[in-house]
Formats: sequence, structure tokens, C-alpha cells
Amino acid sequence: MLKVEKLCASVEDKPILKDLSLEFKKGEIHAIMGRNGCGKSTLSKVIAGHPDYEVTSGDILFMNEQGKYESILELEPEERAHKGIFIGFQTPVAIPGLDNESFLRTMYNQLCEREGKDRMDAFDFRKFILGKMEKLNMGEEFLNRGLNMGFSGGERKKNEMLQLALLNPSLAILDEIDSGLDVDALSIICKDILSLKTDNSCFVLITHYNRILKHIKPDFVHIVSDGRVVLSSSDAQIAQEIEEQGFDKFLKGA
Amino acid sequence: MEGDVLQDFLDKDYGYGFRTEVDSEKAPLGLNEDIIRMISKGKDEPQFMLDFRLKAFAHWKTMTPPNWSRNQFPEIDFQKVCYYSVPKKKNVPKKTSLDEVDPEILKTFDRLGIPLWEQKRLANVAVDAIFDSTSVATTHQEILKKHGIIFCSITEAMKNHPDLVQKYLSSVVPMSDNFFAALNSAVFTDGSFCYIPKGVKAPLDLSSYFRINESDTGQFERTLIIAEEDSFVNYIEGCTAPMFSNNQLHAAVVEIVAKERSVVNYSTVQNWYPGDKDGKGGIYNFVTKRGLCQGDYSKITWTQIEVGSSITWKYPSVILKGDHSRGEFYSVALTNHKMQADTGTKMIHIGKNTSSYIVSKGISAGQSRNVYRGLVKMTPQATNAKNFTQCDSMLVGDECAAVTYPYIDVAHPTSQVAHEATTSQVSEEQIFYLQSRGLSREQAVSFILNGFCQEVFKKLPAEFSVEAVRLLEMKLEASIG
Repeated sequence: MLKVEKLCASVEDKPILKDLSLEFKKGEIHAIMGRNGCGKSTLSKVIAGHPDYEVTSGDILFMNEQGKYESILELEPEERAHKGIFIGFQTPVAIPGLDNESFLRTMYNQLCEREGKDRMDAFDFRKFILGKMEKLNMGEEFLNRGLNMGFSGGERKKNEMLQLALLNPSLAILDEIDSGLDVDALSIICKDILSLKTDNSCFVLITHYNRILKHIKPDFVHIVSDGRVVLSSSDAQIAQEIEEQGFDKFLKGA
Repeated sequence: MEGDVLQDFLDKDYGYGFRTEVDSEKAPLGLNEDIIRMISKGKDEPQFMLDFRLKAFAHWKTMTPPNWSRNQFPEIDFQKVCYYSVPKKKNVPKKTSLDEVDPEILKTFDRLGIPLWEQKRLANVAVDAIFDSTSVATTHQEILKKHGIIFCSITEAMKNHPDLVQKYLSSVVPMSDNFFAALNSAVFTDGSFCYIPKGVKAPLDLSSYFRINESDTGQFERTLIIAEEDSFVNYIEGCTAPMFSNNQLHAAVVEIVAKERSVVNYSTVQNWYPGDKDGKGGIYNFVTKRGLCQGDYSKITWTQIEVGSSITWKYPSVILKGDHSRGEFYSVALTNHKMQADTGTKMIHIGKNTSSYIVSKGISAGQSRNVYRGLVKMTPQATNAKNFTQCDSMLVGDECAAVTYPYIDVAHPTSQVAHEATTSQVSEEQIFYLQSRGLSREQAVSFILNGFCQEVFKKLPAEFSVEAVRLLEMKLEASIG
């Protein structure tokens, strides 16, 4: 579904990703782990097309509807979103005055238009969104607030999940979706992820901790260090070992 | 880089810059007593109006144009302005139906998206449309009449309701108030008049639409709104003009009188031609707007969306005379290219327990200069008066300026005055976030700016708030397709 090939990317001329390669396929769940500053979040932003990051070499390929891989590097962020790539951000920005409900409705209706479906009017949308919010244990008051305005860390994460549920992407990359969540919220979000995941979609969880991986068993665990993948394993156990023994053991082996 | 892309959004051309070919009768350029007599005679005015005009003219001649605003523009030669232009043919004293209006003019209003015909969109709005100097048509007369509401051109009001006009005209803005108010008093050619009787809630929003069509014509309209006890009205004003390379003068006066427990909401969407990128052409918008909360518990709200004019110079004000009266001011002022806006409000607290609330949102782009200038005055009689002011500026690019001049004058120890101000820029991080959710860059910017202005937009009557959002988008988006 998505291939990252020998990707090098820098921000303000400082190299962050150094020859990083990864492949995500339909139906899989991946976990990407690594220390602070190793390039995990950069990877998600580069895939999304953040303008601050410059790709200096390598490529990112996404499978088109005919099953052929195409580079997405030249695409605008919204064009990548239209292809079905979704990033759940670690710290989503707030936009004062833009009410959450209008934003969600616009986002959703634009998706409907792209898919040739009817737009949903405000009344139907409210019913529709409330159903999704209930699953995430979000109160109705979320709708009337400014987008992410005054949201706690956990509330922002839930709002990211809500957008994920509306957009129903084929590839979802969730950057530290587990940080800032209490035990109950974590369990709710994990349940939500599992319910949204299908055989045709792929989820990538970027995390420091094993605790989310106790709820969601990944098919692959990748360890990133200094801008490259130092270990990829289909053995989910290594997440447990990292938590117990730290990253050092794995980095030495690299 | 960010500035450049944003600037592109802001460079959309002015969409209302067409001129309609209508024969008009124009007075010779310049101003003297003869011209004033000609205006008054042409409009078949009562004697008291001519006296009023001549007195104002005599006073105006003793005055000099104000120069404290730091707005920069070449000196205006007031003898090179045409003070009176009437579309020909419709010299009929009073139009009983829209059929009598020149079809070309109706087409113009159609192009502006303000169809006078009783269309769905207008179902809830009565429109008085002013074309150059003359009121062209007033819709929905029947239903208004049933409620005893008078809504007509001020020229008609002088003839049919001279007592009301004589009693209230210049009762809030004295003819000697300032240079442009005096000029307006001498030469105003038309405008809207609105009278809401005691206890009546206007069943529809009242709206006047101003259009300058001729190239060297000044527009001097005069609006007078009187809300009797326990009445309520939403009043909406819209303005556009064709594109000309020379500057045109617009000097209007609006007066509102609010009696006991009455509520007047006055909303303006001002989209005069702002001139080209280099600041050539455009309207000089020098306007005096003032409301008097005369009665206890009365309330006046000014809401303004200012996206046009080469120079905007106006301070819609409220005199809070009645006890417990309230004044509100909500403003969005967008400036681009070489536009200059010096705008804000004055809240004069006189009565006890009066309150005022000010929200000003300024967006500056290009090399424009966007000034908020506001006065909050608590007089010695104003026991327990309260004010809150929120003044936010957003900058697009690095060549524009946003300036805030809050004047706070407190003469009573029980007064409470709060002023909050912020300055921000549209952040690349916000744009990226919305794009990553599938919105285009233009939409993202427009969402962010609309969010910034939300507090003001939500104060507009529903269908006009949609229009204001659309207008801001038009001003901000690149020309797509």
C-alpha cells in the first residue's frame, strides 16, 4: 500500500531521516518505536507532505486504484489525504473560532463529494456524528467548541480519532495516539482502532510505549534510530522487551 | 514563502467593478449655495430642509478637514466633486411598483446579488436601494405598513412625515459635529428612513443597498432610524461601487435613536471599491455613524464588515444616556494592498448601570494599514458603568501594519473597564493541519480567517452572515476557474 524507499529528509538543512525504508501492506498493523528525536514523527509529517520538511533523496510510493505504485512526493497535503492517507497528529493545532462541528461536517461532505455520495445536511450530520462520538465517550459539547481549542491532550487525541472514523482512510498513521490518555481512554481508543481496521486498510502506530501494543497486537514492530530503521520484526514480543530493557540492547545489535 | 502564497489569495479582483449605462442628470461640479438650492428643489423638499442645508453649508465653510488620523491621501478638492446625480427617466415623484424602475438599474442590483424582486432570498428582508444619489425602490411596503413601520427613502419621509424628520434629523449627529457630517448635512441627496412604532417588533429585516455608479459623483446618503419604546429592528446596509481610476468620496451620516427598552441592530457589509494594487482609485469612505440610547434599557448594536474602500475612516458610536442601556460594537476590517482603515467605536457612558461591549477583528495584508481607534468614556454621572473591549489583529505577510489606539477616559470610581488585545499571524501549521484533512489551501486559509472573525459573523442576521463569509472568501481566495 505504501512504500518508503531510502528516504532522506531534512528540516532547515538539518538531516533527520537518513536512508529510511519501510513497507506497509493492506490488512497489516505496524508499530514504529524509537527514542525521542529519532525521526518517528518526522516520518509521519513527511508522508503527509508538511512544507517544513524537504525530501533530499529517496521516494514515497502509494498504491493507486489500479494496484500500481506511484510517487506522492509532488502531491499537496490535501491530495495525499484524498488518496486515503490519514495522520493522527501527536499535538494537533488549535484553530480559534472554527467550530469543531462545521469543520468535521465540511471535511466529511468533501469526502462524500469525492466519492460521489450525497452530502449530509446539518441535521443528519449531527445524528451521524453523535453516534460516532458516543463510541469514543465524547460529550456533545465537543461539537460547539473551537477546533481543538482548550482541548486537553486526551481530548485532542479523541478528536483525531473522530476525524479518522469520519474519513475512513486506507492508511492511518497515528503518532503517539496513546500519550496523554488515561487507562480508560486508552482502552476506548484501542477498541475504536480495532473496529475501524479492515482487511483493506493498514494502521501504523508510532509510540514510545508497549502499553498500546498490549491492546493492539501489531504484525510488525520497527525500531527507528537516528533517522533509519535498525530493526524490523514480526515478533511483537520485542515491544515488551524494549519496555523492560530499554532501546540500548536493540541499538547495539544494529 | 508563506506570505507570498497568502498574498495570492488576497489578490482576487474586485467583482463589482462594472458600471451600468444609465443616463443621468448631473449637477455641475463644485459646491455653492446654488447647487444646494438645486438639490433641494430637485427633490421638492420642504422649506425647513433647505434652511437646514444652507445653515450646514455656512458652517462647513468655516471648517477644515480633519488631519489627525494618519490616513494618507492627497488633499480633496471639494469643488471638483459632483454633488448630485440622478438616473434619468424615473423622475416620477414616487414609484408605486418596481415596474417603474429603469430595467438597467434592476439588472445592476441583480448582478450584485441583491435582486429587488420578491425572491426566496428576500422573503425576510425589505430593501431600500440607493443608486448614486437616489433611492430606487423600496420593497415589501405592504407588510411593513400593516405593522405601522415606516421604511422609505429619506426624501419621501421629508414629504410624508416631515414632523418626524424635522424632530430627529441631526438630533444625534449635529450638523456641526465634524467636517464631513457638516458636508453631508448640506448636500445629502438621499438615504433611508426607518421608524418603528411603540411595541412593534419588525417582522422582517430592513435593508438598504448603496451603489455609486457615476465616476466623479460623491455619495452622501443620510440614514435615520427611530425605534420607539419596546420596539425591535434588524437593519442591514450593503455597499458597492464600480472601479474607476480616480478616487470617489463617500461621506454618509447614520443616526439612530433608541427609546426605552428598544433594540436596534445595525449591520453593515461595506464592499466599496478599494482601488487597485497600487492604491489607484477606490472610495474614500468618511462616515459618521452614531446611535443614541435615549431610553432606559435600550440597546444599540453596530456590526460592521469592512472589506472595501481605499480609505475607511469611521467610528460607529453609541451614546449610553438611558440607565441600564447597552451598546455593542462588532467589527471585522480587512485591508489589503495599499488600503488604509482607521476604524473603531466610541462608547459614551452617561446613564447609570450602562454597559458596552466591543469586539474588533482586524486583518491586514499587502502594504495596508489597519488601525483600531476606540474611545470608552465614563462620564461623572455614569455610576456602575461597565465596558469590555477585545481587540485582535491578524497579519498576513510582513509589509502590513496593525495599530491599536484605545482611548479610555474614566471619571467615575465605580467604573469597570477591561481591554484585551492580541496580534497573531496565520500559521503554516494550522494550514497544514486542515490540508491534511483534505481541505485545499485556500479553504484552509479561509477557515482560519473565518474562525478568527467568528465572534463578529455570528452577530449578523443569519443569511447575511453567510453572505459575509462568502464575501471574505471572495476577497481572500485566489481566482479559481
